[in-house]
Amino acid sequence: MTADSTAAASQPQEGNVSRSASAGRETNPGKDGQADGAPASDILLSLHGISKHFGPVIALDGVDLDVPSGRITALIGDNGAGKSTLIKVIAGIHEPDRGEIYWNGKRVDIRTPHHATELGVATVYQDLALCDNLDIVANMFLGLEQRRHGLLDETPMELKAKETLASLSVTSVRSIRQPVGSLSGGQRQSVAVARAVMGDAKLVIMDEPTAALGVSQTAMVLELIQRLAASGIAVIVISHNLIDVFSVADRMAILYLGRLVSAGPASDYDRQSAVEIMTTGGLSERENGAHGAEAAV
Amino acid sequence: MAATNEPTIGEVKAPPEIEQETRADEAPVDPELLALPPDASFNEYITAWLKRVRRGESGVLPVVGGLIVIVIIFQIERSRFLSDLNLVNLLQQSAEFIVLGMAEIFVLLLGEIDLSLGYSGAVGAAVMAILAYPPINLSWELAIIAGLATSAAIGFAQGQLISRMRLPPFVVTLGGLLFWEGFLIWVINNQSPSNGGSIRINSATIYNIVNGNLSLAAGWILLAVGLVLFAVASVTRDRRRRAGGLVAPPLSLTLAKVVAVSIAGVVLVWICNANRAAFVGASVKGVPWVVPIVIALVVAWTFLLARTRFGRYVYAIGGNREAARRAGINVHRVRVFAYTLAGVTAAAAIIILDSRTGGVTTDIDGGQTVLYGVAAAVIGGTSLLGGRGKMIHALLGGLVIATIYNGMGLLSLSTDFQYMITALVLLAAVIVDAVSRRGQAVT
Repeated sequence: MTADSTAAASQPQEGNVSRSASAGRETNPGKDGQADGAPASDILLSLHGISKHFGPVIALDGVDLDVPSGRITALIGDNGAGKSTLIKVIAGIHEPDRGEIYWNGKRVDIRTPHHATELGVATVYQDLALCDNLDIVANMFLGLEQRRHGLLDETPMELKAKETLASLSVTSVRSIRQPVGSLSGGQRQSVAVARAVMGDAKLVIMDEPTAALGVSQTAMVLELIQRLAASGIAVIVISHNLIDVFSVADRMAILYLGRLVSAGPASDYDRQSAVEIMTTGGLSERENGAHGAEAAV
Repeated sequence: MAATNEPTIGEVKAPPEIEQETRADEAPVDPELLALPPDASFNEYITAWLKRVRRGESGVLPVVGGLIVIVIIFQIERSRFLSDLNLVNLLQQSAEFIVLGMAEIFVLLLGEIDLSLGYSGAVGAAVMAILAYPPINLSWELAIIAGLATSAAIGFAQGQLISRMRLPPFVVTLGGLLFWEGFLIWVINNQSPSNGGSIRINSATIYNIVNGNLSLAAGWILLAVGLVLFAVASVTRDRRRRAGGLVAPPLSLTLAKVVAVSIAGVVLVWICNANRAAFVGASVKGVPWVVPIVIALVVAWTFLLARTRFGRYVYAIGGNREAARRAGINVHRVRVFAYTLAGVTAAAAIIILDSRTGGVTTDIDGGQTVLYGVAAAVIGGTSLLGGRGKMIHALLGGLVIATIYNGMGLLSLSTDFQYMITALVLLAAVIVDAVSRRGQAVT
């Protein structure tokens, strides 16, 4: 309930600011959240006016973003747009200079990665951070090993790993005692995701999940992402691959030079308009009219 | 550090339209081989294992095969090679290589190397010898503990330098190699200036580590106890896994393993318990103390690596240090502890060496000794790149090195040939490893 009132209070003001600043080119994220059909109470994570500077470089400039549960939010933008910085803010690696973060409507400060993990934020980085020489169970429990009498207790870990993989419908992995290095790219991604959600994650952030994957593996990972969202988890996907983005995303959030210039239901965008916003920060007049009309519905 | 962050132009990513195929799209492993039903039969296990071997996951098979070949060659050349006396002799000679190999494995698993272990272990052994010698005359237990602790402290200090100050292990331990050699010479010459750079092992117990033998009955009893423990541990582990609904080998396979180990143990004790005296009328028999000591050390360190969080983290750091760090592992602490354990184990190795030769000397070539430790680990199958290796590798590799030494001694080959042939065996081991793993994703 606090979330609603806060969001409502801040919304008109920020909406006005952005509209006057860029003559209606920006889409108000809050408004789209409702247009999407997601009630405000489903908003898991809400960012308000997040700014981050690195010396003279403005990495993020007043970013507002709502991330609903059970939906896939695609965070797209050109190199240097601020995508990585934004997810690092959410993951507790960077603390924002200004702005507020609401988690389930409650104001939170995410100061450390540990803090983020406690809230239920799990990040799957592009390089996956897996140990190729360890088996799937050991990787999933790395740093979280269960012990009995001070010794590793493999049986419950193996059972839990099995259960988690099954809940993600990861069936292509036949033995969870095989080293991760012997897995395909898509299977590795699955293990990294399974590790992320095993600790009851509510928000999973995936950085370039399909980079370096072939066609069939990409399809497998995209399915996995959809299953995550279907299980009620909020998913943020960062990707350069607009084909992949459009095939799974429920919502789009487009960053341009540190500002969130456009956000809304994925159905409001097509690849052409997304690329234009990514590269120029907005749409040309003709398309903008059509886009604006759609967004307002 | 703005350079590492988003809005700079430093970040270069491949254009998204280019489909990157850096990783093989299909798993190189046939998943069928790895998936066995919980009630898989003995035959199914054997078939799966054979397939794994054919695929390159041959494990210790090449080194065991190589060892058998070497033994056969020496036996053909010198029929004395497989005599009771020579086999026990070989066990005694291999102990120092095996233990030093184990010391090195702790560090090799991290993907690092410790060149100082020969001399840091020698300093610990020298401390032990000095403490057990007049005028101090410390009891052998305390002297050994002090010696082990000395080398542990050396390993700890070097580990701290390497980990906290982010110095390259090669350079720090190369410095250690020189420093501790100098320290060893200084301390021994200071202690006994008139003895020409050596200190006799004054404690009968320490001398007997390698040169003493268990009584015949004690050998059999120790074997029986060890085998019962092994059998009980194997069966309970399987039972626990099966109770949890997990794949466990069938009882027949586990029993076959226990029987195989039992036969090996019985043969070992049988050989050691035969009278191996070189002269008619004399009697030398019994299992040398060092044999159960080395086996206990192999079991203990294997257990440490396989069943504790520390062991798991050593492998994780060797596999992907950044992943280990992100998983919340205290990488510094694990690395420093690994260097410390390497130091303790190296001290044990040099104590065994000094026990065999009966004294601590400044002549010890710690630089070469440590490389034999590395060679033992690598011949056995431990990777220099980190993350892959087991304590059993040091056991097998140490046996290979000692066999070559021993056999070439019997053939009266001079040291020049010994060195060159040991080098070729090392090279062969690495080649076998590389070839058998070609096509596997894990490197």
